[in-house]
Amino acid sequence: MSRLNDTNVKLAREIIARYPRPKSALIPLLHLSQEQNGYITREAMQHLGELVGVTSAEVYGTASFYEMFKFEPVGKYLINICGTMSCALMGAEELMHHAEKKLGVRAGGTTQDGMFTLAHAECQAACTEAPTLQVNYRYRLRVTPADLDNLIDNLKAGKLNDEFPAHGVLAKVRQMIPAERAVGAKAPEDVTESPAWLDGKAAL
Amino acid sequence: MSKTYVHAPGFVAGDRPKIVTSRFEFADSFTLERYLATDGYKGLRAALARPANEIHEDVKSATVLGRGGAGFPAGTKWGLTPQQVWPRYLVVNGDESEPGTYKDRLLMERDPHQLIEGCLIACYAAGLSQCFLYIRGEMALAQERVATALNEAYAAGYVGKNILGSKFSVDIILHWGAGAYVVGEETALIESLEGNRGMPRLKPPFFPAANGLYGQPTIVNNVETLANLPWLLCNGVAAYTAIGTKTSPGTRMVAVSGHVKRPGVYEIINGTTTFRDLIYGQEFCGGIRNDNALKTFVPGGGSAPWFTPDQLDLPFEASQVGPAGSMLGSGAVMVMDETTDIPAAALTLTHFYAHESCGKCTPCREGGTWLERILRRVVDGNGTDADLQQLLEVGAMICPGAFPHAANEKLGLTAVPFPYKMTTICFVGPSAFAPVHSALTLFRSEFEARVKKRVTIPVTAVGVSA
Repeated sequence: MSRLNDTNVKLAREIIARYPRPKSALIPLLHLSQEQNGYITREAMQHLGELVGVTSAEVYGTASFYEMFKFEPVGKYLINICGTMSCALMGAEELMHHAEKKLGVRAGGTTQDGMFTLAHAECQAACTEAPTLQVNYRYRLRVTPADLDNLIDNLKAGKLNDEFPAHGVLAKVRQMIPAERAVGAKAPEDVTESPAWLDGKAAL
Repeated sequence: MSKTYVHAPGFVAGDRPKIVTSRFEFADSFTLERYLATDGYKGLRAALARPANEIHEDVKSATVLGRGGAGFPAGTKWGLTPQQVWPRYLVVNGDESEPGTYKDRLLMERDPHQLIEGCLIACYAAGLSQCFLYIRGEMALAQERVATALNEAYAAGYVGKNILGSKFSVDIILHWGAGAYVVGEETALIESLEGNRGMPRLKPPFFPAANGLYGQPTIVNNVETLANLPWLLCNGVAAYTAIGTKTSPGTRMVAVSGHVKRPGVYEIINGTTTFRDLIYGQEFCGGIRNDNALKTFVPGGGSAPWFTPDQLDLPFEASQVGPAGSMLGSGAVMVMDETTDIPAAALTLTHFYAHESCGKCTPCREGGTWLERILRRVVDGNGTDADLQQLLEVGAMICPGAFPHAANEKLGLTAVPFPYKMTTICFVGPSAFAPVHSALTLFRSEFEARVKKRVTIPVTAVGVSA
C-alpha cells in the first residue's frame, strides 16, 4: 500500500522524463511518496528504486541524508522551531520550552493523539522576523508564547486546514509542462551539437 | 490595478535605486500580469534580438558579482566552460540556508518571473541547454509561487520550445530540495541534483563549469545573481555600473537581524553603503533596540568572522572587508547588543555547522562535533580554562595557521585578513570554528568568567622529602 498509487505513478513518470538521467528525479519522487503516505516506507523505497532504476538501498542512501524525509510516522503537524542565532537572540529557547509544556512532549517527540510532532530546526531563512517556526514548512513569524498557544488550539480545532495541509504535502501547486511546449530531456551523451540559437558560433 | 503597498514580511523598501526588488511593493508582484505590466520579459526580448556572445560580454563588463557568498563575477564564471563541449547546464542555487540570510526566498516568493527571465537570459548567453531550479525544500511558498510562475510562463511561450518564436529553446525544471545546508555548496548541489547524498565533490576541478552535472560543463548561479539580469538587459551596462562602485556595481540585498530597531531585508547600494548606515541609519535599521550599545555583529552570514563597533565604517566592498578580517558572504548582518551572552550566541552557530556537517571530511565531522561539545560544556558552566585552549587547538586542525579576525583597538589586536587555510573540501568545517574563534578572540573575558580553573594536583614521590 505504500507503493505509489496509479495517479502518482503517472506523475512520477512525467517527473522522471524531465531529467537527462532518471536518478535525478529521486528527491522529488521521495517527496511525492511522503505526500502520499506521510512518511517514507521500505516498500516505497523499493518502488522508487524500480521507477528510477536503482536499488532500494541506493534510495535509502539518498533519502537518509535529508532532514525532511521521515522513516517513521510523524504527527499530522510537524512544528519546527528555529534555534539558530537570530532566533536564539530573540527568545527561541523560551519559545521551545513553552511549546514543550503546551504539547506535553519534548523536542523530537510526537503527541499521543498523533496530531503534533515538535522539533528543533536550523535556520529557516526568516531571520529578521525572529523567533520563527514552521508548521509543515509554512511560516509563522515573530511568534510569542501566546501566538503559539493560539496556533496549536486552532490547529487542533481544525480551523487552519487550508493554510496547513497535512505533513508530507509540500507545495500545493506543481509544475506541469505542456507536452507541446516541452523541449524534453536527452541523456548528455545524446547531445553533441551546440544549441541552435548559437548558430554554430561558440559562446564565449 | 492601483498601486497598493504591501509590506512583504521582512522586506523594507526605501527611497533608493531598486534593481531586484522593484515589484515588491505590489500586492500581486508574483503574477505574470503584474510582471508584464512592469517591463516583464523585456530584457529577454532585448537579449534575443542580439547574438548570444554579445549578451555574455554585457554581463562580463557589468561585473555582476555572484550573490551567493563567494562574490565571483557571473560573466567570468560563464566563460570558464570548455569550448565545444555540449550540452551545458544551468543550475540555479535556491537552497538558501546560511544563518542570517534570506533574500533568495523573497525573490522567489515575490518576483518569480524575474528569476525565470534571469535564467533564460543566462541560458541564452552562455549556450546552456537545460536549466534546473533547485529550491530549498523547507520553502513551501517559494515552491508554489515559482511553480505557478513557470506554468504561466510555459503557457505564454516564454519558456520551452522556440521561445517567443525564436530558435532559442530551453526547459526550466523546478527541483525540490529536502533539507540539508551543505547542499548550498555548488558541487554538493550537483550531487543532490543527480539524486545522491548531497556531499561536496573533491576539488580540483575547482569549478563545475568544467565538470559539473553528469560530468558536463555546468554553471551554478545564485538566485539573486540571476535576478539582476533582466534589469541589466533592459537598462544597459552603463546604467548598471552607474550604481555602486567600480569593483562592486549595482545593488545587493542584505538582511539585518538581531537586536536592531527595524530588522529587515534592504536592497542597498553596493560598495558605498557602510555597516554604520545599515545599523544606525534612519532609512535602514534605525539603531540598536532600546538604544543599547552595540557589542558585536556578524557581517556576512553565520560563516563570517565577527566585527565590533571598530569596523562600523567599512562599506559593503569585498576588497575592504576581506583585509579587515571577514567577508561579505551572502548579505546577512546579525547584530548583538550589550546584553548578549556571547559564548551562548557563538554556540548556536557552532551547533548549526556541526549539525549540518555532511561527514565527508574528518576535520569537519569530528572537529565540528567536538567544538560544539566543548563549547556547550563551557556555556553550561562545566568548562575549565583548559577547554578554551582546547577549542583553539581543535579549530587549528580545521583551519591551520592564523585565522582571520578583526582589529580591535581596546584589545590591541591588528586584523588578520580573510581568507583562511582549510583542511576540508568546503566551508562548513571552517564555519563551525569561525564563531568560536571570533568570540574567544574578541570577548575572551566572558569565557574566562564562565570556566573554573583546573586544579593542578602536585605530585610528590612517596618517600622523598620535598
